[in-house]
Amino acid sequence: MKYAFYPGCVSRGGTPELYDSTIAVATQLGIELEEIVGAACTGAGVLQEKGLKLGDALNARTFAMAERMGLTTIMTICSTCQGVMAQANKRLLDDPDYLAEINEELIPEGLEYTGRIIVKHFAWVLVEEVGLDSLEALVTNPLEDMKIAPFYGCYILRPSDALGYDENPGRDNYLERIIAACSAEPVNFPGRLSCCGFPIMLINEKNSMAMVGNHTHSAKAAGADAMVTPCPLCHLNLDGQQPKAQALRGEKIGLPILHLPQLIGLSMGISPRELGLNRHIVSTSGLQGKASVRA
Amino acid sequence: MQAKLRVRRYDPEAAEPGPYTQDYQIDVPDHYTVLDALIHVREDEDPSLALRCSCRASICGSCAMTVNETARLVCKTKLTDIAPNGEAVLVEPMNNQRVIKDLVVDLDFFWGKIRAVEPYLQPRGEEPEGEYIAPNESMLNLLTPMGCIMCGACVSACTVLEVDDTFLGPAALAKAYRFVADPRDGEAHQRLSTLNDASGAWDCTRCYQCVQVCPKGVAPMERIMELRDSIMEDGMTNTAGARHVESFAHSVAHTGWLDETMLAVDSWGKFNLPKLMGNAMLGFRTLVRGKLPAPGPFHKKRPGAENVGRIFKRFEQKQ
Repeated sequence: MKYAFYPGCVSRGGTPELYDSTIAVATQLGIELEEIVGAACTGAGVLQEKGLKLGDALNARTFAMAERMGLTTIMTICSTCQGVMAQANKRLLDDPDYLAEINEELIPEGLEYTGRIIVKHFAWVLVEEVGLDSLEALVTNPLEDMKIAPFYGCYILRPSDALGYDENPGRDNYLERIIAACSAEPVNFPGRLSCCGFPIMLINEKNSMAMVGNHTHSAKAAGADAMVTPCPLCHLNLDGQQPKAQALRGEKIGLPILHLPQLIGLSMGISPRELGLNRHIVSTSGLQGKASVRA
Repeated sequence: MQAKLRVRRYDPEAAEPGPYTQDYQIDVPDHYTVLDALIHVREDEDPSLALRCSCRASICGSCAMTVNETARLVCKTKLTDIAPNGEAVLVEPMNNQRVIKDLVVDLDFFWGKIRAVEPYLQPRGEEPEGEYIAPNESMLNLLTPMGCIMCGACVSACTVLEVDDTFLGPAALAKAYRFVADPRDGEAHQRLSTLNDASGAWDCTRCYQCVQVCPKGVAPMERIMELRDSIMEDGMTNTAGARHVESFAHSVAHTGWLDETMLAVDSWGKFNLPKLMGNAMLGFRTLVRGKLPAPGPFHKKRPGAENVGRIFKRFEQKQ
């Protein structure tokens, strides 16, 4: 299975361990990735504040580049990239006149988006195309003692009509299924479908930190050893800002936050170092010390 | 069909007020909505159950509640859609608002927010002899916010109100947009100036909850994004929110991708020493782990970044 790979800005910036762990895991799962060289940022919902057309043109350009590579599915590893691209794709496919208007912007580069691209997050590729039985067959290091809280990230959940939930209504339960396939125990907690607060981290830090504190605290209170997220922006906030959030709450939380491929990689017996577990802000050493995880 | 309702009960006047959950197992026709089932319970099983409803046709906006952890109009929610195999349906009052009794919340909080945005036309200049005339085209973008039935589902679902009850919230901000964008209103600048302040348009975290739960397609968050654009177009660019957008656009336009470090510095303000010092520890921690993204001149261009810059220029020219 070959995919046009869209790693997004943050996996090559603030969370390089996501990029590295994705490559390590994808290779074993038989997911062949060809990166879309020169693809621009999706706009992440921020450029969309200046109007939708600019972001739609940038994303149409990325879709056209993937088509030029002869591929039909783009694989993302970020809930935000996934959501923004899926919404852009829906607007472009719903209205041929709009698609033609946006394609005008791509002519100078010799590109045209014909509307054949599907955008899928790694979690969706894993469940819907690779199959969890294939993952289970690769689990050499079952994470039997680990309780993991799933944290999805807004843009992979909402708005559901742009994200294929009509055809795949179980997509808001995939993380639990992946956690179980790694032989770990999924932990239910109130914030699993909520917002991590990242988009206002630089604008209203107090509210953003309250969200980080609430979600990590409630996951921990529900018994989680760690949280797993398919979104590096959630990771930046839940991991990077957790020390500040716990200082504001006045209580220690210390909940390790894993990127999705890191969790999968651990279950496959890939070393924590190769997965970049040493590059987190909240220490993962306790997690690595859990009986069945090899250091 | 057999329906099982799990209803959150609370009665401040009872000896044991709760909240607690009470189960009702009832036999109802297949076409029943959650509201029909709740009324059945109140009429035939338990007259002490308190709920608020009126039109039963998604017009009045009275019956928003939390059903299976999602804000919904219960009159618009069929039992067969959410519990096709007779699964238990969890019915609770709306979130983010004070519960008066059982499923009834105090709407003063909701209306207080709406009133704060002065939800009425404030024309300027001389009064016309007849009506205020506005071309049809200029009103088309108001159709979505005008569809709001003030049910409060978006307020219930708002993730910012969950942590900060001073935020104006999705319903009030969508209502504010409805007047800012009305060609007959004369106070757009003043309105935008107020919405530019703390607790206004920039405090939304873009989580899409309000868009997801709105039963009328108002998409409040999208209206909030239009307010942000209008605020910047109006020249109010000296806020963390506006600097955040401008810095984001600048780095993508010039390099094809996001310069995360400069985004933080620009949003806080380059000379905002307390903020920069306050985040020095995080900067240090990321640096030690070898993942502080290289900023400014060290942020490498993506191949073909000039094509991204060209698209930005075209859109700036068009505006």
